[in-house]
Amino acid sequence: MTQYGPLNRNLGSGTRTKAVRSDMKWHELTRAGNIYEPGNANSYETGDWRSIRPVWNKERCINCLFCWRYCPDASVIAKDGKFEAFDYKHCKGCGICAKVCPVNAIDMVSEDEIEKVKEANKDEN
Amino acid sequence: MATLKELSKVEERFVGGHRLCAGCGHGITVRMILNAAEGSNVVVGCATGCLEVASTIYPYTAWRCSFIHNAFENAGATISGVEAAYRALKKKGKVKEDFKFIAFGGDGGTYDIGLQSLSGAMERGHNIVYVCLDNEAYMNTGIQRSSATPTGADTTTSPAGKVIPGKQQPRKDLTAIMAAHNIPYVAQTAINNWQDVHKKAKKALEVEGPAFINVLSPCPRGWRYNTPDIVEITKLAVETRFWPLFEVENGKWKLNYKPKKYVPIEEFLKPQGRFRHLFKPGNEHLIKAIQEEIDSRWLALLERCGETPELPPR
Ligand SMILES: Cc1ncc(C[n+]2csc(CCOP(=O)(O)OP(=O)(O)O)c2C)c(N)n1
Ligand code: SF4
Ligand code: SF4
Ligand code: SF4
Ligand SMILES: [Mg+2]
Repeated sequence: MTQYGPLNRNLGSGTRTKAVRSDMKWHELTRAGNIYEPGNANSYETGDWRSIRPVWNKERCINCLFCWRYCPDASVIAKDGKFEAFDYKHCKGCGICAKVCPVNAIDMVSEDEIEKVKEANKDEN
Repeated sequence: MATLKELSKVEERFVGGHRLCAGCGHGITVRMILNAAEGSNVVVGCATGCLEVASTIYPYTAWRCSFIHNAFENAGATISGVEAAYRALKKKGKVKEDFKFIAFGGDGGTYDIGLQSLSGAMERGHNIVYVCLDNEAYMNTGIQRSSATPTGADTTTSPAGKVIPGKQQPRKDLTAIMAAHNIPYVAQTAINNWQDVHKKAKKALEVEGPAFINVLSPCPRGWRYNTPDIVEITKLAVETRFWPLFEVENGKWKLNYKPKKYVPIEEFLKPQGRFRHLFKPGNEHLIKAIQEEIDSRWLALLERCGETPELPPR
């Protein structure tokens, strides 16, 4: 299967769309509010919206990729046709992947619990 | 039919970092449609609505392709203008590559305010695909009723209470209206059946001339169901025949899925907060009326599709 075409790829210069600050003047913004880097929303992290996190169980996974198909946030990363990882920078913790998984290979775990475990481990060290 | 193994290797063109709510159906639908475009160059335009607002917050774009911003009411006009410009430039040799043109609009932007713009674009015969992301209300401005909102649904402008039990009118059948344009391809689909969405998106993209796809794209916020249950809820919409899957190819109507048994509409209504009031004692007649409407529309659809008009066995 081919990748997306050359014109799309060349759209981005990678430098022209600057981060916006509230003290910016209109002439510091790109003309007509154009955005020159396709897909740059990727640098905006929505992972901190999450209160529960999907955790993958490798042993149980049968690589059906339903989780990849149904993630609204493109946060299931597949590689070579197999489950690779969750993108926790963007995953919002909606729980859809866990629900569609036919073999319960995804557990939804509270972020608070994960924090507590992390804290406990810190204290031990 | 490609497998998920193969499809997962296609470059992602709607990336994470957009600001749609957690679990929003639009993210799933858009990813499925763009995935079906595979390697083609695409230009996307959106009618204002949750999708556009959440995916193009300056200075960010979630679209890894060309994207043109426009207003609420004119996605059809904008995308057809871009397609016409492309054809002119191509003729002059100024553009070499091939492009596909896709417009996404919400039900408000498609059934209601953008309908004349869409109708014109379809009638002029542009080589475009228009995808309606139907979540059955104006969600982006806080859940107002649209002509796609089903009878009985509680919205902020059809509030269920002492005066009315939710929306009073039946849904508009937009897919049939689009079919009446006699364009090469019209389809209705739902995300629970990803193969159906994929096949229809591919057909729509490949056909020469205008194509229209109406996708049921649930909004957990406006429908008030448990967010992870999106596939289940959409499946119930199809199984209860609330949202039949069909296509109209060069004027020929075809049913794509026939439920094996009669699933009463309560199954679809019950898990959703927007229909909760319908289950209060004394409101049985309201559900009965909704069921009758569904059954009669189903029989009419079967007839159009050249099938025996009968209800599924109970
Ligand atoms: C002419 C005009 N009127 C009103 C609005 C405000 N507005 C923005 S989005 C929206 C609702 C969109 O609803 P829909 O098309 O169903 O998309 P959804 O958000 O539900 O996906 C409205 C009313 C606008 N942008 N332009
Ligand atoms: S849905 Fe479950 S089994 Fe399928 S790939 Fe994802 S984790 Fe693995
Ligand atoms: S929890 Fe939701 S956002 Fe996160 S990976 Fe699963 S489906 Fe995607
Ligand atoms: S309000 Fe509904 S349609 Fe809008 S982003 Fe949230 S879930 Fe999606
Ligand atoms: Mg809507």
